[in-house]
Amino acid sequence: MQQYPASLTVPHLSTVQTQNLTLHYGNKTAFKEITLTLEPGKITALIGPSGCGKTSFLNCLNRLVELTPNATVSGRILLEDQDIRAINVIKLRRRVGMLFQKPNPFPLSIQKNLEFPLRHHGIKSQDRINHIIEDSFQQVGLWEEVKDRLKMPALSLSGGQQQRLCLARALALEPEILLMDEPCSALDPISSEIIEDLLLHLRGRYTLLVVTHNLAQAKRIADHTALFWVQEGAGALVEAGTTTQLFETPQHSLTRAYITGRKG
Amino acid sequence: MTLLIWSVACLVVGVLLWLLGDLIWHGIGQLSWAFLTTAPQKAGRAGGIAPILVSTALIVGVCLATAIPLGVGTAVLLVEFSPQRGLFGRLVRLSLDVLAGVPSIVFGLFGNAFFSKTLGLGFSILAGGLTLACMVLPILIRSTQEGLRAVPDDYRRSAAALGLSRTAALWVLLLPAAMPGLAVGILLGLGRAIAETAALIFTSGYVDRMPDSLLDSGRALSVHIFDLAMNISGGEANAYASALLLAIGLMVINAIISGLAHWFRGSRIQVI
Repeated sequence: MQQYPASLTVPHLSTVQTQNLTLHYGNKTAFKEITLTLEPGKITALIGPSGCGKTSFLNCLNRLVELTPNATVSGRILLEDQDIRAINVIKLRRRVGMLFQKPNPFPLSIQKNLEFPLRHHGIKSQDRINHIIEDSFQQVGLWEEVKDRLKMPALSLSGGQQQRLCLARALALEPEILLMDEPCSALDPISSEIIEDLLLHLRGRYTLLVVTHNLAQAKRIADHTALFWVQEGAGALVEAGTTTQLFETPQHSLTRAYITGRKG
Repeated sequence: MTLLIWSVACLVVGVLLWLLGDLIWHGIGQLSWAFLTTAPQKAGRAGGIAPILVSTALIVGVCLATAIPLGVGTAVLLVEFSPQRGLFGRLVRLSLDVLAGVPSIVFGLFGNAFFSKTLGLGFSILAGGLTLACMVLPILIRSTQEGLRAVPDDYRRSAAALGLSRTAALWVLLLPAAMPGLAVGILLGLGRAIAETAALIFTSGYVDRMPDSLLDSGRALSVHIFDLAMNISGGEANAYASALLLAIGLMVINAIISGLAHWFRGSRIQVI
């Protein structure tokens, strides 16, 4: 496993708790009454078949779901015991970073991809910005590959590099929580192994929530695992626990069926 | 069937070539540096078209200076800040499509009634430019809308996820990405504005001397052609030369549009 330098900043470890979280898109229920706690500094994997509301659940935690017209959320989400609806949405999204399934760098230069959000969040000193950019790229093991071409378009990077750039872009804002929506599924096996390594490296410094379709991946990287399933037409949390517990002594018959490949 | 298609195509190209050939044949003799830089004499039968070029540029300038901010602003509001399938958005879209199809003479009458009379601008370059602005607004709004819609939603979502405000995302990401659509819209509008006659006769007027200010009356190139060809006997030669100039201008604009469209398709990767 590649060695990544430790970050110069020590992020604050936070907990996220959802209480009876329910999401509707118009008349359709995406998921209902989900109560789940993300342990500070741990990796939690969210597994389950397609369409059971995993991505929607993720989108609630940074209130990105508010961009979807007619989405209504009920229940509560607590970030460090504070209801996220009471937090300014810009500040919230700085504290809760996100990595999407498809790498989505901006059509700007490699440097500007990180610089633009930093400036927007009020960091003015160019020295400080350069320092954070280098540190963030170091974090994701991309610095050596991009340091001589920071002015090149970010879209000229390979898919795996783009995804690491997006991760660096999220880390540059020093989030406490990182949400990841199948961060490896659009990548080739080598790139996805690099990302997986990175996630393990980030463990202990960020609270991570990773949606994955890859059970083996969940088993390899996650401390905790939660299984979502479609029940009565809406996503529901079937079982959650430590990864060992969930894979070795599943409590629910659906979990047993899913992890042995008999269902889903 | 193939024969039919070919003959129709030849007919279309033939008509265009005939038209251009006729313009060049009759007009090229008159075109000279002096023609572009001197004032018309004897009601345009002799002399050049310098004041007319200046008036045309001013009218088009007023038109674009008004239409671009208004048009882009409206498009941004419609695409980025109002619900996509809402009643309001649908109504605005419908009105824009209707407006885009309204004959220019109607815009001329409206401009005359509103800008010249109600607002008291009289026959002036300002009134003409503003009337043209009303006319090209629908084109500009629609093409900016298309440009913004073509920007992948990923940019909006990832920008939001990084805690960027919608305004910041708009300036840094969305507008630059929508720029090719915007540029095509501006050029289409420019093409329509330069060639416009009917809307200007009632608003910017006929006067063929050099305008003193935007509140002065000024004669646009197309109005000049109309006047020389219809009202001034012996004005044909200069009418041809002016028309040739206008045709060249329009072809240049069209060439730029197709060049831009080509460039836009070719380069998805942009660096800012």
